[in-house]
Amino acid sequence: MTATPLIEARNVTRILPGIVPTTLVQGVDLAIRQNEFVAITGPSGSGKSSLLYLLGLLDLPTSGEVLIEGQATTSMPEEDRAYARLTMLGFVFQFHFLLPEFTVLENVMLPMRALGKLTKAQMRARGGDLLGSFGLGEHMNKRPDQLSGGQRQRVAVARALANEPPVILADEPTGSLDSKSSEQVFEVLRDLVHVEGKTVVAVTHDLAMAERMDRRIELMDGAIVADKAVSVRQ
Amino acid sequence: MNLIFEIAWTHVRGRVRQTGFAVAGVATGVGFSIMMASLMQGSQDDFTDRLINTLPHITVSDERRTPPGQPAEMFFGAAEIHGLTPEARRPGIKNPLASIAGLEAWVPGAVAPSVRVPAIVRYASQDVAISIVGIDPRREPMVSDLPKQLRGVTLSALYRATNAIIIGDGLSVRIGARPGANITLQTSEGTRLNAQVVGLFHTGVQSIDQRTAYVLIKTGQILSRQTGLVNELRLRLRDPMISREIAARIENDTTYKSVSWQESNEDLLNSFIIRNIIMFAVVGAILLVASFGTYNIISTITHEKARDIAIMKSLGLSEFTVRSIFVVEALIIGLVGALAGFVLGYLLCLALGSVTIKSPFMDSDRLPMAYTYTHYLLAGAVALASSLIAGYQPARKAARLHPVEIIRGAT
Repeated sequence: MTATPLIEARNVTRILPGIVPTTLVQGVDLAIRQNEFVAITGPSGSGKSSLLYLLGLLDLPTSGEVLIEGQATTSMPEEDRAYARLTMLGFVFQFHFLLPEFTVLENVMLPMRALGKLTKAQMRARGGDLLGSFGLGEHMNKRPDQLSGGQRQRVAVARALANEPPVILADEPTGSLDSKSSEQVFEVLRDLVHVEGKTVVAVTHDLAMAERMDRRIELMDGAIVADKAVSVRQ
Repeated sequence: MNLIFEIAWTHVRGRVRQTGFAVAGVATGVGFSIMMASLMQGSQDDFTDRLINTLPHITVSDERRTPPGQPAEMFFGAAEIHGLTPEARRPGIKNPLASIAGLEAWVPGAVAPSVRVPAIVRYASQDVAISIVGIDPRREPMVSDLPKQLRGVTLSALYRATNAIIIGDGLSVRIGARPGANITLQTSEGTRLNAQVVGLFHTGVQSIDQRTAYVLIKTGQILSRQTGLVNELRLRLRDPMISREIAARIENDTTYKSVSWQESNEDLLNSFIIRNIIMFAVVGAILLVASFGTYNIISTITHEKARDIAIMKSLGLSEFTVRSIFVVEALIIGLVGALAGFVLGYLLCLALGSVTIKSPFMDSDRLPMAYTYTHYLLAGAVALASSLIAGYQPARKAARLHPVEIIRGAT
């Protein structure tokens, strides 16, 4: 593959300062391309989430560089990094992290409103379509606390897709769900890659789930110990 | 902006009780500030009005600010002469009628001549030093409110007796002379004259009511032993606030000492400045205390909403947007508090203005309140500014929160 990677990490290290500095990520080199379904696995404390936050521009590396579509980001002003998150990246966390005072539809519309490129009617229509595609059309005017855990997580995925980012970064997206809901969310993420051509990078403890993804990156003590293709796409 | 306002409004609305207390704090500060400013301004205006209405706006006297120089001094520029008394001049304003006509040609107001004679009034074995003002009853109403200040008589009463005199009610009480009483006037020139009290006046300014009396200009001239003497020109301007400038021009043109009402009450007017500084300091302190409430609520909201802030930042909302949300929340509290404070302030002014107070220092039995929109604008602006300052610090802190730390903490 010769195309520019969507996200690239070059010798990225993240050390948490303190009396005893803690190394979270160490010398990571990584390239994630379009239409990949990537799992990041490893034991607790191996630096999976830290790496994801660095790739998602939520954190800055102590050394090394993270590139988005070939563009270095560590020296970018915070406003530009925020804009890159708004347009290029969508986040899904272990907990849904929806704003409790807003309706489901308003939560999904939030990134669109922050970007401000659509009219309010267009935002409502897109938000409605997204929620409908995840089977949540009838819940769009409810508050998050009126939904089940699986439904909330699907709303979070819909919100992550609001601005049509090419990359979805998911931190333990099924970690707080029962097996049925986990399967539903996994299918949603898989379809994003296989049907819509997006890239999904998911941190997971669930090795069975990781085995069903296209590529698995394994971390140990902040460093990559394995990076391999694990399944053949059907 | 719509999004910022919507999130801010949702946060504020979600904490009705806390927000209510913060709004009440601002409203109380604004309300009491308006009431205080209204009372201070009202009493100041009342006093100034009384000064302006009681006294002529400008008094031109036959004095000079510096004694006349010696002829040799004026002729030889380098000469310096010691030990000689200044040249004696005949008292009075030269050609008073021509001077009046000259002033009436350009001064925006009216001019009246008068004779001021220091004298001692004797009655029932009491001697009181007073100032007697000889006036022209036809011109006097154009330069002072004396006709309105008379008690039960008109200025034409001065024509009723041979040496008629109108005295201040304070003087009347002091010497016990009522209308109809015959009093004796004695001047430093040695003139002694019997006069009949034909009326009383009341200005509300004690120094005038106890130490001033009015006679006809002719009687004043007899007391000063100078026929045709006019030693004062008194002016009333259409705009009393330009008195200082007009007085300066008159003095420059005529060389006579010309004193505006501001100059003659300089000490009082200076005390108003100090009083206003104190007032603004107190009002500022009230609003500052109110802003602590705003700081408290915004700090609480940012603390409680740390997770939401992290989410918004992870979604791509900029630091500016996050900061703006909490600044707008502070402004909402400030604005709602200011609007409620306007209503409270107005009601407090009405309530205070309706309280009956008997004071020997006041003519009115009600507290004078000034109703002016500037008090509202000022208090509102200070409330908004203090809310902005109070909200900015926690908003800035919130916008700088590191989303990763919060997300890790939440998971």
